[in-house]
Amino acid sequence: MNPQKKYSNFNATMAIARASFRSIIRSPSAVVFSLAFPLIFIVVFANIGGSGVTVDVGVAKTTDTLSPVYRALKGAKVVHLITDQSADDMAKSLAKGNIDAIIDVQKNNAMPPYTLHVQYTEASQQKGGILKSLLQSIFFQINSRGNTIPQPVAEIKETTVKGREYKYIDFILPGMLGFSLLSSGVFGTAFVFLSLRLTLVIKRFFATPVKKYSIVLGEALARLVFSLLGALFIIMVGHYAFGFTLIHGVVTVINMLVLAALGLIIFMGFGFAISGIAKNESAVPPISNIITMPQFLLSGTFFATTAFPNWLQAISKVLPLTYLNDAMRKVAFEGAGLNEVTHQLLILGVWFILIYAVAVKTFKWE
Amino acid sequence: MAEKPIITVKNLVKNYGDFSAIKGISFEVYEGEIFGLLGPNGAGKTTTLEIIETLRDKTSGEITVDGFNIETDADDIKQVIGVQLQSAGYYPNLNLSELIKLFCGLYGINKSPMEMLEKVALTDKARAKYKDLSGGQKQRFSIATTLINNPRIIFLDEPTTGLDPQARRNLWDLIREIRDAGTTVVITTHYMDEAEELCDRVAFVDGGHIIGIDTPNHFIDELVASGFERKKQVKLANLEDVFINMTGKEWREG
Ligand SMILES: Nc1ncnc2c1ncn2[C@@H]1O[C@H](COP(=O)(O)OP(=O)(O)O)[C@@H](O)[C@H]1O
Ligand SMILES: [Mg+2]
Repeated sequence: MNPQKKYSNFNATMAIARASFRSIIRSPSAVVFSLAFPLIFIVVFANIGGSGVTVDVGVAKTTDTLSPVYRALKGAKVVHLITDQSADDMAKSLAKGNIDAIIDVQKNNAMPPYTLHVQYTEASQQKGGILKSLLQSIFFQINSRGNTIPQPVAEIKETTVKGREYKYIDFILPGMLGFSLLSSGVFGTAFVFLSLRLTLVIKRFFATPVKKYSIVLGEALARLVFSLLGALFIIMVGHYAFGFTLIHGVVTVINMLVLAALGLIIFMGFGFAISGIAKNESAVPPISNIITMPQFLLSGTFFATTAFPNWLQAISKVLPLTYLNDAMRKVAFEGAGLNEVTHQLLILGVWFILIYAVAVKTFKWE
Repeated sequence: MAEKPIITVKNLVKNYGDFSAIKGISFEVYEGEIFGLLGPNGAGKTTTLEIIETLRDKTSGEITVDGFNIETDADDIKQVIGVQLQSAGYYPNLNLSELIKLFCGLYGINKSPMEMLEKVALTDKARAKYKDLSGGQKQRFSIATTLINNPRIIFLDEPTTGLDPQARRNLWDLIREIRDAGTTVVITTHYMDEAEELCDRVAFVDGGHIIGIDTPNHFIDELVASGFERKKQVKLANLEDVFINMTGKEWREG
C-alpha cells in the first residue's frame, strides 16, 4: 500500500532534540540557573570589583628570607607571599596581573645592609599602589628602629613592568560560565531523565521504533545548544557591557564555546549518574548539591584558589570545574589556543572517562 | 467471516522474581475485532499487554504479532502497533500539537498534528498542555498518539478507568470508529458493562490464568442456559441509564 520509507534514526534524534529544547526554554529553573544567576553575579561582582582583597607578591628565589624586611612583609595580613613559582612563571604572572608585584630582598656587604628590589606591574596598578604604601610604612619602621646606627637598614629599588590590565570581570565571567554549565549539566540532566523515567515518557518512547541512543543524543544535543547559546549571551553581555577581555575576538569566543561544550558533556555525565541513583525527584537536589557545591566554592568561581589554605587547594586541584575555569581564563584573557591548555583538557578527559564509566553503571531506563 | 488470528499467544508465563504473575496463558486475537482482557486489579492484564507490546520480557511462551515473533522482530512489531500505557505521561512543557510532532519524528512518519487531533476531536486543544486536559481528553489524546503510524493493532490499557459516564460513552464511540476503520483493538478493563457493550470477544483473566474466552453474548447465553437467574428481577433500566437520560449523552469538557 504505502511504500515504507526507511526509518531514520537521525530524524528521530532530531525530533527529540527539538522537543527537549522547547521544553528547556519553557522551564523557569533552566533559564534562571543558566542565565539569570550568572548574569546577576556578573553585575554584582563587576560593580564591587575586587575590593578588600589581598596583594599577591611573588618572592624571588634569591630573596634573603631572614631579613627584617621579609619578615615584616610576612607578618602583614594584606600581603600574600608566593614562593613556589619559578622565576619564569612569576614574570608571566606579573605581566598578566595574576600577581601584583615581585620582590627580591638582598643582603649587601656594604651599607645599607639590605636592598629591596620591587617590580610592579601596569596590569595591577591599584594593588601595586597598596603594596607601595605598605612598603613605605615598613621601611619607616625598620629604619627608625635602626636609629642608633647612622645609616638606614634597607633601601628600596622599584621598577614597573608593562602588562594588560586584568579586570575582575575577566576573572568572574569564566567562573560564571563554569557555574552555568555545571548547574545545567548536573541538575538539568538529572531532573529530565529522572522525570522522563518516572512519568513513563521513556517507556512510551520505547513503544515506538526509536533507539535508546537517539533519546540520549537528542536530549544531550538540546542541552548543548541551549547552554552554548546561554554561554554566548553571557560572553556578549560581559564583553559589551563590562569590558570582558576577548584577546583574539571571535576566535577566542569560539575556543571558549568549545571548552564550554566539553565541560557540559562532562557535567551531563554527573547528571546521568544521578538520575539513575535518585529514587524520586526530591532526591535529586541533595545529591546534585554534593556534586556541584564543592566545585562551585572550591574551583575558583569567585576567588582565585591561591587564596585557599593548602589542604583546600589540594581538593580544588582534583575538581573538574577547576580545570574548566582555568582553561577558560587562559583562553579568554591570555589568548591561549586550545593546544595550549592540553594539561587542563587531559584532566577533563580523565574525568570524562571516570564519570561516564559510573553513569553507564548507574543509569536506568525504567 | 473467516477469523484470521493477528495475535497468537501460546503458554505465556511471566515471573517477577519468585512471584508468578502469568501462569501459562494462551489466546488469539482476530483481525478487525475489539478484544477485551477482563479481570480484577492485579490479574495480570497490564503484564500480558506489555509483553505483547515488546516492552517487557516474558519468562517463557511464544507470541506472534501480525506474523512477527516478539523475540526476534521487536522492531517490526513496533512499526505496526499503537500503544496506550495505563499511566504514561507525556514530554513536559509541550502542547498537544508539539507532542504529536514529536511522535511523528519517533515513528518516522509525516502527519499534520491537526489531522491527528481531529480524529479525536481535540483540534481546539492544539495549544493546550497535556496536564491541563480533562481525564477524557487525556485518554483521547493518548489514543491519537497510538494512531500516528497507521497501526494494524492498537493496545488500550484501561482507557476508561476514572472517567465519567459521558466520557466513557464518548470513548467507546471513538474505539468503535477505530475498529470500523480496520484497526484491531486490544483493550483491558475491569468494567463488565463496558466489555459487554464494546468488545466483540473477551477473555477473563484471574490470578494469572485465562478462565474463559468467548463473545459476551455467548457467555451470557451459556449462563442463562445453565439455569442461572439474577436474584432480583432485572429492571428495564439502571441508575446509569437514568443519569445519562437526565444529563444528556453529549460529551462534557472539564
Ligand atoms: N514490575 C513488577 N515487579 C513485580 N511484580 C509486578 C510487577 N508488575 C506487576 N507485578 C505484579 O504482577 C501482578 C499483575 O500485575 P498487572 O499485570 O499490573 O495486573 P493488572 O494490570 O491486571 O492490574 C500483580 O500482582 C502485580 O503486583
Ligand atoms: Mg493494569
